[in-house]
Amino acid sequence: MASLLTLAARRAPLRLGRAVTSVSSQIRNISSSPIDPSVGLTDDQKELQSLARTFADNEFAPKMQEWDEKQYFPADVLRKGAELGFGGLYTREDVGGSGLGRLDTSVIFEALSTGCVSTTAYISIHNMCTWMIDSYGSEEQRQKYLPKLTSMEHFASYCLTEPGAGSDAAGLSTTAVKKGSHYVLNGSKAFISGGGSSDVYVIMARTGGPGPKGISCFIVEKGFKGLSFGKKEDKLGWNSQETRAVIMEDCEVPVENLVGAEGQGFSIAMKGLNGGRVNIGSCSLGAAQASLDAALEHVKVRKQFNQPLSNFQNTQFKLADMATSLLSSRLMIRQAAAMLDQDHPSVASFCAMAKLHATDECFQICDDSLQLHGGYGYLKDYKVNVYLRDSRVHRILEGTNEIMRLVASRALLTE
Amino acid sequence: MSNLRILVATKRVIDYAVKIRVNAAGSAVETANVKHSMNPFDEIGTEQAIQIKEALAKSKTGTAEIVVVSCGPVKSQETLRTALAMGADRAIHVDSEEELQPLAVAKLLRAVVEKEKPDMVILGKQAIDDDSNQTGQMLAGLLNWPQATFASKVELGDKSMTVTREVDGGVETVKTPLPAILTTDLRLNVPRYASLPNIMKAKKKPLAKFTVADLGVDIKPRLQTLKIVEPAKRQGGKIVESVDDLVDKLKNEAKVL
Repeated sequence: MASLLTLAARRAPLRLGRAVTSVSSQIRNISSSPIDPSVGLTDDQKELQSLARTFADNEFAPKMQEWDEKQYFPADVLRKGAELGFGGLYTREDVGGSGLGRLDTSVIFEALSTGCVSTTAYISIHNMCTWMIDSYGSEEQRQKYLPKLTSMEHFASYCLTEPGAGSDAAGLSTTAVKKGSHYVLNGSKAFISGGGSSDVYVIMARTGGPGPKGISCFIVEKGFKGLSFGKKEDKLGWNSQETRAVIMEDCEVPVENLVGAEGQGFSIAMKGLNGGRVNIGSCSLGAAQASLDAALEHVKVRKQFNQPLSNFQNTQFKLADMATSLLSSRLMIRQAAAMLDQDHPSVASFCAMAKLHATDECFQICDDSLQLHGGYGYLKDYKVNVYLRDSRVHRILEGTNEIMRLVASRALLTE
Repeated sequence: MSNLRILVATKRVIDYAVKIRVNAAGSAVETANVKHSMNPFDEIGTEQAIQIKEALAKSKTGTAEIVVVSCGPVKSQETLRTALAMGADRAIHVDSEEELQPLAVAKLLRAVVEKEKPDMVILGKQAIDDDSNQTGQMLAGLLNWPQATFASKVELGDKSMTVTREVDGGVETVKTPLPAILTTDLRLNVPRYASLPNIMKAKKKPLAKFTVADLGVDIKPRLQTLKIVEPAKRQGGKIVESVDDLVDKLKNEAKVL
């Protein structure tokens, strides 16, 4: 076995900077562990997972802290991932998609986010836009936009939230007025991931009266007259993707860029969000897995009172609680993902409860891992702080966790 | 115009990043519930075959068919699927739950070569589990074919190949006629990732199965493993009082002077 170590060491710089980090070697040795993310998957899913994890280990993990620090959007790495099929995971194959299901996709996002939560979360948003055009767009829209989106030659952003319409998304005030061959859009969208760097914007705007039925969905290209962007926001996490306001001032959008029918926008947005909630929950799972793996490594090495931290019952019980939360989160996310695949009638409340549970619990796991790291966890030399900061926003976006409680309680109380 | 058939041998081994453990009986390395993957040198071999195929297609000077083969338990088929997902055309699994030593594998591969009549057989220079570094050379001997081992660069000529080999103290360039045996070293190429669609498509590529009996090969082990032990645990460091003290310890404790 002597060559094994030397091989791993020699291979590190050769394989595109493959970093045989303590975290990745940890996970590779735990197939009998209760937090092994491959438990319960089909052979096919295990292969997809293995590819995504290898890609994350090689291409994301060594760069995560640098991208966070420099607020760098890794377009080249994303395009490299798109060559493997990450640009259109659940988009049909005729336009370059991978044609996978939502559970497959959840498994992939979880694996990718162990390497970089922020970058994976952006991929998930791009995938949601690509899927919307694939599912609700015309054949012309599919052929025009999707090949360049699945290859990530172009990037996409999803625009629902407004400065005055967050949780109350159906109250959005951006207007779209039809004038001849164009719709004229006016209003602004807030907190748009990829805003400014994306080429394609899927925008919800009001074509009709107040409430959800008056909302329509449009494809707006960067460069359309009247489209501009706000300043780059400075954020706690999610730093490998730009966030800006998207501003429309008499923005002219050709009528053929209406997605679906007038008034269908809110229903498209909500369908998108059910999946988006599972996607973002999956990204939290990866953050928690990586944080727990790092904690397991640390407590075996770090000694206090002449023994490793792992000898103390406080540590042992904490680790058990973290593993239990991770497992319950994973089970809920995967069940919700499977229900999306089945188009189950109760999918909205299951997605909401899964997102609520997974994003809260997984954030707590990151925080517990940081605590187990002691003072080191607070240093930026260690990775845990990045997982913590990146996954914090998952409790806010794709519908806040308070809105998730609203969705769940409505489903409980509806007669 | 050359139309090549390339046979690539692959082995399923414990993943390179796994921390190895010796089993309780001290008779073998623990393989149960341990992540396995394709031997990294065989990944390089598969990649090389695909690059040859792509180069021929691009220059419109010929075609290549890539056949991957693995000898071992049923799970070896996972490794073959990985190679198919990377870009091999079809696979052959030689099923054996018995221990296969390098000579047995070389004989099984000879039988496959006799069926498939490839122009080139590519193998990893060694597998990272037993580190034997024998199978390619033995196969060349059994077939009486030329061999170019430890390749760091391969150029295909007309019914020949020019291979740069990594040897002690430098590189050596050899030219061999085809058919020939090629074994890969680490710096030959960087294997590609299999894409998601290709992983799914790999399920539909043909995978032929043979038993050892089908090939009529004697696989009886010639070597007997007496015992397997873990390396000695690393001792903590010591601070020495003086240079004399250090020299004394190097001489009498570490015995390196």
